[in-house]
Amino acid sequence: MTTQTAHADDHHHEAPKGLARWLFTTNHKEIGSLYLIFSLAMFLVGGAMAMIIRAELFSPGLQLVNPEFFNQMTTMHALVMIFGAVMPAFVGLANWMVPMMIGAPDMALPRMNNWSFWILPFAFLMLLSTLFMPSGAPASGWTLYPPLSLQGGNSFAFVIFAIHLMGISSIMGAINIIATILNMRAPGMTLLRMPLFVWTWLITAFLLIAVMPVLAGAVTMLLTDRFFDTSFFNAAGGGDPVMYQHIFWFFGHPEVYIMILPAFGIISEIIPTFSRKPLFGYTAMVYATASIAFLSFIVWAHHMFTVGMPLGASLFFMYATMIIAVPTGIKVFNWVSTMWRGSMTFETPMLFAIAFVILFTIGGLSGVMLAIVPADFQYHDTYFVVAHFHYVLVTGAVFAIMAAAYYWLPKWTGHMYDERLGKIHFWWSTISVNVLFFPQHYLGLAGMPRRIPDYAVQFAEFNMISSIGGFAFGLAQLLFVYIVIKCVRGGEKATAQVWEGARGLEWTVPSPAPLHTFDTPPLVDDSLEHKDRLPS
Amino acid sequence: MASANYYVPHTAKWPIVGSIGLFLLVSGFANWMNGSTIGPWMAIAGAATVILMMFGWFADVIRESEAGLYNDKVDASFRQGMIWFIFSEVMFFGAFFGALFYARIFAVPWIGGEGTGVMTNSLLYPEFQAAWPTNGPAGLGGDFKTIGAFELPLINTLILLTSGWTITMAHWALKKMQRKALVGWMLATVALGVIFLFLQSYEYVHAYRDLGLTLGSGIYGSTFFMLTGFHGLHVTVGSIMLLVIAFRCMKGHFKPDHHFGFEAVAWYWHFVDVVWLVLFLFVYVV
Repeated sequence: MTTQTAHADDHHHEAPKGLARWLFTTNHKEIGSLYLIFSLAMFLVGGAMAMIIRAELFSPGLQLVNPEFFNQMTTMHALVMIFGAVMPAFVGLANWMVPMMIGAPDMALPRMNNWSFWILPFAFLMLLSTLFMPSGAPASGWTLYPPLSLQGGNSFAFVIFAIHLMGISSIMGAINIIATILNMRAPGMTLLRMPLFVWTWLITAFLLIAVMPVLAGAVTMLLTDRFFDTSFFNAAGGGDPVMYQHIFWFFGHPEVYIMILPAFGIISEIIPTFSRKPLFGYTAMVYATASIAFLSFIVWAHHMFTVGMPLGASLFFMYATMIIAVPTGIKVFNWVSTMWRGSMTFETPMLFAIAFVILFTIGGLSGVMLAIVPADFQYHDTYFVVAHFHYVLVTGAVFAIMAAAYYWLPKWTGHMYDERLGKIHFWWSTISVNVLFFPQHYLGLAGMPRRIPDYAVQFAEFNMISSIGGFAFGLAQLLFVYIVIKCVRGGEKATAQVWEGARGLEWTVPSPAPLHTFDTPPLVDDSLEHKDRLPS
Repeated sequence: MASANYYVPHTAKWPIVGSIGLFLLVSGFANWMNGSTIGPWMAIAGAATVILMMFGWFADVIRESEAGLYNDKVDASFRQGMIWFIFSEVMFFGAFFGALFYARIFAVPWIGGEGTGVMTNSLLYPEFQAAWPTNGPAGLGGDFKTIGAFELPLINTLILLTSGWTITMAHWALKKMQRKALVGWMLATVALGVIFLFLQSYEYVHAYRDLGLTLGSGIYGSTFFMLTGFHGLHVTVGSIMLLVIAFRCMKGHFKPDHHFGFEAVAWYWHFVDVVWLVLFLFVYVV
């Protein structure tokens, strides 16, 4: 069977130019670029909010913003970073790379692919517009716990519907990715020959389809409680505010893995390339990913140990959570084993990948600490939690996205990025991010609560250190933007393979990848098999 | 004749129309809820835009399908898409069923003093005794009666089950290329869906007017109307989908070996049917 894009007689048609090209595109690479650009923009918006937060926390007392606005910043920072920066970045990477990695001509449902993306700018227009409303943006925290979230101003309904739009976008994006992976693989690309990035996205897409509707249900119940008299989360009517937390975190915990599993996939691509060795324990990696995904459905209540649960429930959720350390440990050890006795080189993507392995593991270990119920009673809602999830999300998810950007930029643009600047960006980011988040562990252990604009003077030094790290980390990302723009505009020509140790279908097409790749599906055999990534 | 190539359209103009429509629709809702007078108009404009988008988009797809541009692989992608869409819908209903089970198994007994709820009960609601149905310790919405399972709901159950049978008969007729029988069975299925909706609205009016059961009747009213309401919404959508397929059957669309549009709607209809069975059991019977 031959596969090619569209009708042959249409080839003389001029592709639309300018804005229309981007509005109407069905091409997975163009849509991938849109996702990535959107994600970068939101990363800067969310980052600016983080700068406001760190500026206010630079010293005790209230200096820059009023507490109400501070709460809006913590809420919006989280919503923007999760739904605007991290998730779209991974979807953008999937759009770009999955079809090329499995030898497909495009995504399975190209029109819906366009729609998935173009809902997002509208969703964020709605979300960000709340900043300019008289009552301000939502200030209840991104988890929108009732009854607090129900007491917000006019922004409330806009936030709920913005989340609905983001959910619709995510679900359609995930359906497209799952259909592409299951249906569009080239002959010979068996499931256990798929690159790990594809595997992790297959499982992530499943998680997305399973839990985004649950979030939609949860926020719909909030909406009806506020506007239509229902009593889901109102004890006076027989409901329970804690019930919201259960439903929310049934979404929320898999959501955490939605933001990290594709990162695992990226790291599993990069480390073998720069170690010039096949990935250690490929099959174990696949099973570990699936195990983590399964466990993510039965650990949600560890986010709410202090809310008052029956002892049996607390114990179950504690042990179930700690079990996650086993498959995660398999992954970490496999990455390390892949590097073991490899002919390693340390280009920027590899540096970010190695930093990921070390720093994500720190975040993972503080997660195990938080899983212990009696210890969590101390840590809950302190800066220790903030430090924990920023280690997994910033030095985890965001570092993996950075690594992916450096790794695949030559394939996307046809130019090598500036390696010297990339290395500067890496060291600047890695040092500053630790200055930013590591002291927050101590702050939390010493009892500083999170989501407050003011604090006791005993926390002053560590907060100042943390803020300095924060400003430095923020500045470093402007350098990243410069590096990306510079690479798009020009630079040393990239070869098709780009990296000496790179294996896989995406490296067999020219750089930059032409608009349409694998119109005719390639035949995949052992020479490209992921497990046989041998040095050339 | 089916094309050998995987069909990838070059451009798509409808998705952006859909995005604008959705944006208008939901920001209209949000404005409406906040009491703004332009809200309803925005929502109506948004709904109209979304409907326009669906007409245009589906028309494109139907045209391409009838022109034979879709090969088996495209067909398989559509199947994947529909299966996972229905799975997402299952999870959406799961959230509301979860709320129902949580309220009945945990929340209400705890407020009534069971288990760890002893102090909650004695300090906040000493008068309250756990029971189901309930509108909570504050008796929100006033006294109400519930709708008996073995009255209208049982009839509705039989109607939906029958519609599952009629659509299967329609599928058989399509496979045997008996156009007339196909259209007949399709219209019968639509009719059953509409009767279901009619009875459901009658039940709602009865609940509001005679039984005192409203959306504001505490946790019982909340779960009852949310579950039956979203189900009714899905029956409405399903009926419209069935009607469109019925029209397409009249126009001579579909072949015995190539009729995914029909199958997708049939899957959706069975899904709506199964949700009703679970709902009938846990909302009305138990």
